[in-house]
Amino acid sequence: MTATSPPLRAAPRARGDERRLLLLAGGIALLAAGLLDAAGPGPGQPWPVAFGPVLVMLAGAAIAQRVVVHLAPSADPVLLPVAVLLNGLGLVLIRRVDIATGTDLVAAQTIWTVAGLAVFVVTLAVVRDHRSLTRLSYSFGLLTLVLLALPLLPVLGQEVNGARLWVDVGPFRVQPGEAAKLTLVIFLAGYLERTRGMLSIATHRLGPLLVPSPRHLAPLGTAVGICLLVLVLQKDLGSSLLLFGVVVAMLYVATGRVAYPLLGAGVFALGAALAYRLFGHLRVRVASWIDPWADPDGAGFQLAQVAYALANGGVTGTGLGLGRPQDIPFAATDAIFAVAGEELGLVGATALLLCFALLVTRGYRIALSARDEVGTLLAVGLTTILALQSLVIVGGLTRVVPLTGITLPLVSYGGSSLLANYALLALLLRVDHARAER
Amino acid sequence: MRAPVLRLAWTMLALLALLVANLQFQQLGRSAELADEPGNRRALIQRFATQRGPIVLGDEAAARSVRTDGASEFDYLRTYPLDTRAAHVLGWSSTVVGTAGVERAYDERLTAGSNEVLAANLAELFGQQDAVGDTVRLTLEPEVQAAAERALGDRTGAVVVLDPRTGEVLAHASSPAYDPAPLADHDRGAALDAWNAYRTDPGQPLLDRAISELYPPGSAFKLVVAAAALEDGLSPGTAFPDDPQFRPSVGQPIGNFGDGTCDGGGTIEFARALAVSCNTVFARLGVELGEDALMEQAQRFGFMRQIPYELTPAVSRFPSNLDDAQLAQAGIGQFDVRATVMQMAVVAAAIANDGVLLRPHVVRDVRDPTAALLDGPEDGPWRADGFAAEAVSSRTATQLQDMMVDAVERGTGTRAAIPGVRVGGKTGTAQDPSDDSDTAWFVGFADDVAAIAVVLPDAGGGTGGSEAAPVARAVLEAAVLARS
Repeated sequence: MTATSPPLRAAPRARGDERRLLLLAGGIALLAAGLLDAAGPGPGQPWPVAFGPVLVMLAGAAIAQRVVVHLAPSADPVLLPVAVLLNGLGLVLIRRVDIATGTDLVAAQTIWTVAGLAVFVVTLAVVRDHRSLTRLSYSFGLLTLVLLALPLLPVLGQEVNGARLWVDVGPFRVQPGEAAKLTLVIFLAGYLERTRGMLSIATHRLGPLLVPSPRHLAPLGTAVGICLLVLVLQKDLGSSLLLFGVVVAMLYVATGRVAYPLLGAGVFALGAALAYRLFGHLRVRVASWIDPWADPDGAGFQLAQVAYALANGGVTGTGLGLGRPQDIPFAATDAIFAVAGEELGLVGATALLLCFALLVTRGYRIALSARDEVGTLLAVGLTTILALQSLVIVGGLTRVVPLTGITLPLVSYGGSSLLANYALLALLLRVDHARAER
Repeated sequence: MRAPVLRLAWTMLALLALLVANLQFQQLGRSAELADEPGNRRALIQRFATQRGPIVLGDEAAARSVRTDGASEFDYLRTYPLDTRAAHVLGWSSTVVGTAGVERAYDERLTAGSNEVLAANLAELFGQQDAVGDTVRLTLEPEVQAAAERALGDRTGAVVVLDPRTGEVLAHASSPAYDPAPLADHDRGAALDAWNAYRTDPGQPLLDRAISELYPPGSAFKLVVAAAALEDGLSPGTAFPDDPQFRPSVGQPIGNFGDGTCDGGGTIEFARALAVSCNTVFARLGVELGEDALMEQAQRFGFMRQIPYELTPAVSRFPSNLDDAQLAQAGIGQFDVRATVMQMAVVAAAIANDGVLLRPHVVRDVRDPTAALLDGPEDGPWRADGFAAEAVSSRTATQLQDMMVDAVERGTGTRAAIPGVRVGGKTGTAQDPSDDSDTAWFVGFADDVAAIAVVLPDAGGGTGGSEAAPVARAVLEAAVLARS
């Protein structure tokens, strides 16, 4: 060996931790699958039916982990294992709902899981530096608008359960709005990095208010306005709230000015009041949020059934396979947290929430230690998506806020959401790896 | 940008913490309240996931649970193999319209797991078998119950037969009856249809006329007045004027049935007055004994008190603050005197049991699935509310028995007579102010084997002697055959 050979870099300890955590997550998911099988539809089930989905996921996760070792060796070791744990528990819970209702969603979700891990790997492989994305911020802005508008197109767009969010692509039905969350964050990160100086200085007077130059505010305002308009047209108020929250959070971090969240809250209150007056289905949502038992067989049915399920769970839950998810509408998608609450109890449901707290904490930690400002903005946006989405859906099911139909990230049944969330995690790892490479 | 990121992070984590705190309330704070919500199927599914114990009438299961084997979301279906037999005693256990009767009163016992031995639970845990509820055996005598239902036939009415020596209910029949089976249907629509059909049926089949309906007892109440008089020192031989009318100090005069004298004029002996149900004598007695004495005697028989029967009868009543006209009316069981059939059967049983009130009960015992005894009958003397178990002295009881036998042999109750059996009784024909039809009664006993009360509230122009006495006779015959 000569002195010219590059120094052997010790494999970062983080990857070993990640592997051990993955084993732990896999073990928990397999244990859950086994428990469900023991209580489940009776003996005679071949083991691949019970354990197949989780095993397929773990195989995919092992490959994904090898890719992380090569492509982002210094990145955070906790995100992938926690995501795999949530995804694995999701597979078990979806199979639980399948058993109760006679559906077969878990097969599709297993395929989506593999696809999600593939997206994770491809994202890490293609995006070698997050700046390569944020440099194209205006293209991503445009892409966001296109993605949001797609479901509104005739023929292509599909309306399901009263919301026009889907697009048929060949045999698949996808929700482009899930990808739009990511592209919006990429657009905003790049845009805000360039204009944050201007946006934090008030130079113009608007009535009693001092505001930044309209020249800098205009693209932002236009983008946000069109996003919200499109979403309102699609009757997807959960996603509007989510996107709006992400924009406000990123603006606040970029400018450091409390005025933006305050203004955002004001605009949101105004918009909510307006929407309440305009949309009958929103008024019904609010009424059943305040008192589901005013109409427990109609508008309040889902929230009442969710409340029964949660109350039935108690501290330790009924045990997997022993609750009644068949009574809960949308048990595999919107209401999967209620299935967990009933069968895994307060302990299990709290553990799920702690998993999200862990993801969110690691996400903001990545934002804090990012190499550059655009990395910070990107990580803040991505993490805020995860945080707000879990808050909105769990808060909706537990009647803290009105219920809106969005997925519980990584757990709920739904391919588009799963793919988007794995891409999101890959981007977070990419930002974090860049920290160590500086 | 560090400070805003930290603030944002703490905000999100605080909101997540808030969700966890709220989750405590959602999962722990309201369990009991939400478990009982009608929209919550969990408690119901649980209830019907175990084999409810049978209710046994004689040697047959009158209510039992059978496996549905997946034909329904509930694991067990409650069946009633005897159709309408003893329906008002059994009640029902439904997935849609709740429970009634013994099904309700003994719900905890019948529901599996209330008193399971550990081994049974362990067996269930390992998938051996479902838990099985306790068995409730009834005191009803199948032949007597069948005779009561047959004797009532299509007519509206009720029959209660007690064993005076034990307080066992040998028959508890109300007509028209209902079939509990359709109410127990697992199909919500079918069960509700049956429920609505029963509820809108003008015959009111769900109404238990033996215990839930109060009727004017009419002349049958003369037993209570006679008891008060005998306790007050009168004897069966005491002579009364046999007038065609009794004029109280106020109000309308009271005449006899058929508007004549009771026994040809002159004087009439007290015993004879009971046998022929002489209104003028008992109206006079009502005024002379006074409200306090009548009220006390009525209460000693159980009026104004909750009869300790498993199925909770309505409380029979004797009115207060009566003037002389009302006292005279009350003396012949009119005005606001109201009694359940069970109450009048208790009066007959106390008289036949030498004056001692026994607790009427329809449950013989409760046994676990291995036939081990868990609960005996709720029997014994009925002492409560500051009253002794002696409704009347044994001397009074004996005198009343003789007077009642006289009424059946030579008075208004001849159609209840059974050759070779000592049958005593008192008929009653009450005018119900609310409709044209008279309420016919027979209250009596056969030896010390059976005490009976029969009511036919829609007797038309018939009387207790013509309508109720033959019903009593048919049922008492069956009781004598079955029990002696």
